[in-house]
Amino acid sequence: MTQMKYTRDHEWVKLEGNDVAVVGITDYAQHALGDLVFIELPKMGATFKKGAHFAVVESVKTAAEVYTPVSGDVIEVNTALESDYDLLKSETDGWIAKFKITDAGELAALMDEAAYKDYLKTVD
Amino acid sequence: MTQDLIGTSRALNYEEPLLWEYAQNEASGVDFPRPKNIPLRTGQAARADIGLAQLKEPQVLRHFVRLSTKNFSIDHGFFPLGSCTMKHNPRLNEKIARLDGFANIHPMQPDCTVQGALELMFKLQNWLGELTGLRGVCLTPAAGAHGELAGLMTIRRAHEMNGQGHRKVILCPDSAHGTNPATAAMCGYEIRVIPTRENGCVTVEAFKEALGDGKDVAGMMVTNPNTCGLFEREIAECAKLLHDAGGYFYCDGANFNALVGTVRPADFGVDVMHINLHKTFSTPHGGGGPGSGPICVNEKLSAYLPYPIVRRVPSPQPSPEGRGSYYVLEKETDRPTMFGRLRSFQGQFGMFVRALTYMLSHGGDGLRQVSQDAVLNANYILAKLKGDYHAPFGDKTCMHEALLTDKIQKESGVTTIDIAKTLIEYGMHPMTIYFPLVVQGAMLIEPTETESKETMDRFIAVMKMIADNVKQGETEAFHEYPKSAPRRRLDEVKAARQPVLKYIG
Repeated sequence: MTQMKYTRDHEWVKLEGNDVAVVGITDYAQHALGDLVFIELPKMGATFKKGAHFAVVESVKTAAEVYTPVSGDVIEVNTALESDYDLLKSETDGWIAKFKITDAGELAALMDEAAYKDYLKTVD
Repeated sequence: MTQDLIGTSRALNYEEPLLWEYAQNEASGVDFPRPKNIPLRTGQAARADIGLAQLKEPQVLRHFVRLSTKNFSIDHGFFPLGSCTMKHNPRLNEKIARLDGFANIHPMQPDCTVQGALELMFKLQNWLGELTGLRGVCLTPAAGAHGELAGLMTIRRAHEMNGQGHRKVILCPDSAHGTNPATAAMCGYEIRVIPTRENGCVTVEAFKEALGDGKDVAGMMVTNPNTCGLFEREIAECAKLLHDAGGYFYCDGANFNALVGTVRPADFGVDVMHINLHKTFSTPHGGGGPGSGPICVNEKLSAYLPYPIVRRVPSPQPSPEGRGSYYVLEKETDRPTMFGRLRSFQGQFGMFVRALTYMLSHGGDGLRQVSQDAVLNANYILAKLKGDYHAPFGDKTCMHEALLTDKIQKESGVTTIDIAKTLIEYGMHPMTIYFPLVVQGAMLIEPTETESKETMDRFIAVMKMIADNVKQGETEAFHEYPKSAPRRRLDEVKAARQPVLKYIG
């Protein structure tokens, strides 16, 4: 398992193999949102550029867009989330989508866990 | 907690059944004689199949009057909903709107029989043009979001007519009202976000970054003052850069109450703006509706406005009093460049009457005082509460709304939602919560100019009481409020996840 990387918008991403990126949102993001009431998942095969919004998570407080930290095509969608929003909290099954990526270098610019923890101290 | 702080909401404390849940006694409001030799087609003979309620007129009347007492409105109590300008609706407006010549006319009457009504619309166009500095005015949009749509469609039309139809991007700050990006998306535009900086505002630097070379940018949508209650100080410079790049500046008029009579949006570079008559100009808002969202544009865009606009022409028959003016509604063929019609007839005429009444009863100087008092009131609340609550931009004076957060209270487990629910217990409508999205645990408070110091002091006292109790560790009650309302904490998550949308008897 490769190292988890984080964005300033509170998404996490990790590599599976060389060219598959798994993306989800962090505990911090979920806590800030509160209980979720709706998730809009991306379509299989859709192509997104780094920074584009590919999913929407909605809570009683707000609806938030989820941005992909990497460019690529959606090759797997976690449809189990549609019937169980709490699954998002799971460390193993809480991912939103998997992307086939072309440039693994995009991950290099993201924060590692220590940097993300430092970043969290500056927000809020 | 002292007794005098407790709201009087006992009138709300009864259950009102649905009409169908009353005993059905085959009654009706009106009895018609049974016709001879013709099958009966009224009353239960007609209704039996569809199961309409069978009640006497007094029962029906009381049912609706009782329901109306459950409604919390601006006529009922303090309603400091940020970004909504829930101001008092003066009774003079209602008196004028009930005059026969305004109340009992039909939109299909010939122009010559409704000259007074058309003159009123013409004057309202002129007032809005004067107050915004944007002289092209179309009154028809029926709400703020409808006005936004009209504004962006006007921009789109202008680009198309000028060979710039390829421009596909609308710039929008992350503090925007949700309707802004929604409107842009509905018009087929792509939204590019301008991140607001630590000071809560759009900076020239961030704007330049979002603009790029600007060749694909159709325009930007900005609310000024913004949703953090702050005046966008660098907006005129951003507008200049946008204009140089060929884009148009749409200003969301939801917060115009902070500027009316004091600042003309045209002077900070706005090309098109909607006005919420139901906010700034005191027509009923929320439950009382309908809304009304005229748009105002400058000379660059006036050719593309939707129709109909009221125009003044020389009178065909000069009257003995020498009044040489005659008012007509534009025809579809009058302005071939415009993009079309957005609404049937002329818009929310009853609201035009109320808004112009408000303008004429205040005058230009009175409207200036409106915005100044609105800003003063919000700053009074901000100044009184910023020691007790975290004020993210508290070092600055605010405009017409004060922004606080739950940052201090959150450490003790009391959050924005608890504070809002406590206000219900104390007989006040909560402020806007969790908006703007760029500020965590936001509480956006807009008292408007119409609230008295006594009302604001009572609100401040309740807010201070909450903060004091939390500071002393007495937090439990705040998770349980409201206690005396007919419904207490609702399970909002369950309601959203498993909504029951059908009556279950």
